[in-house]
Amino acid sequence: MTSDETTAAFGAEHVAGYNFAYLDEQTKRMIRRAILKAIAIPGYQVPFGSREMPLPYGWGTGGIQVTASVIGPDDVLKVIDQGADDTTNAVSIRAFFAKTTGVATTERTAEATLIQTRHRIPETPLREGQVLIYQVPIPEPLRWLEPRESETRKMHALAEYGVMQVSLYEDIARYGRIAKAYNYPVRVHARYITSPSPIPKFDNPKMDRNPAIQLFGAGRERRIYAIPPYTAVESLDFDDYPFTVEQWPESCALCGATDSFLDEIVTNDKGGRMFICSDTDYCAGRRAENGEETAA
Amino acid sequence: MTERPILRVRGLTRLYGRTVACRNVSFDLWPGEVLGVVGESGAGKTTLLKCLSAQVEPTDGTIEYDTRADGLVDVFALSEPARRMLLRTDWGIVHQNPRDGLHMGVSAGGNVGERLMAVGARHYGNIRSEVLDWLDRVEIDTGRIDDRPDTFSGGMQQRVQIARNLISRPRLLFLDEPTGGLDVSVQARLLDLLRQLVASTGVAAIVVTHDLGVVRLLAHRLMVMRGGEVVEHGLTDQVLDDPQHAYSQLLVSSILQV
Ligand SMILES: Nc1ncnc2c1ncn2[C@@H]1O[C@H](COP(=O)(O)OP(=O)(O)OP(=O)(O)O)[C@@H](O)[C@H]1O
Ligand SMILES: [Mg+2]
Repeated sequence: MTSDETTAAFGAEHVAGYNFAYLDEQTKRMIRRAILKAIAIPGYQVPFGSREMPLPYGWGTGGIQVTASVIGPDDVLKVIDQGADDTTNAVSIRAFFAKTTGVATTERTAEATLIQTRHRIPETPLREGQVLIYQVPIPEPLRWLEPRESETRKMHALAEYGVMQVSLYEDIARYGRIAKAYNYPVRVHARYITSPSPIPKFDNPKMDRNPAIQLFGAGRERRIYAIPPYTAVESLDFDDYPFTVEQWPESCALCGATDSFLDEIVTNDKGGRMFICSDTDYCAGRRAENGEETAA
Repeated sequence: MTERPILRVRGLTRLYGRTVACRNVSFDLWPGEVLGVVGESGAGKTTLLKCLSAQVEPTDGTIEYDTRADGLVDVFALSEPARRMLLRTDWGIVHQNPRDGLHMGVSAGGNVGERLMAVGARHYGNIRSEVLDWLDRVEIDTGRIDDRPDTFSGGMQQRVQIARNLISRPRLLFLDEPTGGLDVSVQARLLDLLRQLVASTGVAAIVVTHDLGVVRLLAHRLMVMRGGEVVEHGLTDQVLDDPQHAYSQLLVSSILQV
């Protein structure tokens, strides 16, 4: 985390004319207060005064504001989108922070202190001291049934969560199983029902008792929430339809991983296809290791 | 036999600005009893029902409910969580407009099963079989369980509402014009069903209507309201066959003329 002194004293590596990490110090302090409150009440959505960012909503403005508020000159930043470091969204957010802070960036999960993500949790297990920052489009898991904010607040306050179970019931009634593959609702610390953001449900178990700090920022909806280290995160289900994660018929075509989230890639116009790791850093790391072995 | 009323109402008054929606209403409701409330449009029936079911706060007076744990308790002295808990477990509300009482985007089965899930049911198969049982009891073809209520007729929607409420075995049911807006033949079937369900479940009920046919069939006792006040109160057959108040006489004679 940053302090005012360090951010005031940052070096010459970044573009002049902007404050460190773009946001002014007062805004950062306001956002940090929201983050602290969010950490104190795991899974609870804290309203904050979202600022205009030089990116449109839907490009991760919530996550960017959270990152901007916690980043310090010594941090090492990784940005991923759908698991990859080289997609447009990830590249532009990484470039944005490189320019406005001058911090080191990396593609290696293990080397990063801050990881801003859209749609994935890295496969490499996170450790204490790391911060994972999620970009969240719709923070309210109850919104699908209740459009009134005043009412959803009351439902959270009183833990009236029957409707969430109804949404799972509807899935089983219609498809014979819980069909939600992304944004699969969780209960944090046995209390608040929370949106994990549109990560695949494959990643849900990684949220549970994770040693890293998990922060969530929703720019358009002006909400921040958090999961502190080692907090219990449970995926909702039914006793007779327990939560399960995706499985693939094959292992990764590039690195042979059987334990990672795989994307299906069409390889030619004759219906050829293969499965490869969505986490590009994880895949590259495994290939580097395997390469040594097979070369020997 | 219980010696305690399930609901005790004293001096209930609700004003809207200078408008007296209902004034100085007092009565006791006994377990298993059905009370009818009749009166012309604007008489204050819906306001009274909303106060009784804790949806609208009275301006004056008290409403005590016989809670399972603590006996007679002032409903508005309860904490909001406790009150909301009553509303979805011990009480049921059948709204005149099914849109107010159902999630139109959720299947009939989801609607009927919601209260079970709200109090912690987590076994899909058990929820499903209890929902099927209740759909059957309200005479809805169980093959429609996964259809949305907005594909149902008005009478079917009312029956889904009734099942959705009764599944939690409430002790008190509030019904506002349950047959309003339905065809006469559909009304008759729904009334018959309601009468049968009230008898078999032993639920106490308050039925608001301006249809004297409804109260004659359902209600043990009857309150006649006019201009926010109760002008006559007695056993249904007595009030209908020998009305004392001039306004009740008018109401009864006008319905008989039809
Ligand atoms: N929310 C409100 N704001 C202001 N006035 C209200 C409100 N609700 C009811 N009233 C007034 O209170 C009086 C009683 O209305 P209420 O709806 O209780 O009558 P009702 O007997 O249910 O009539 P109906 O048979 O038409 O449904 C009316 O004069 C009505 O205009
Ligand atoms: Mg009314």
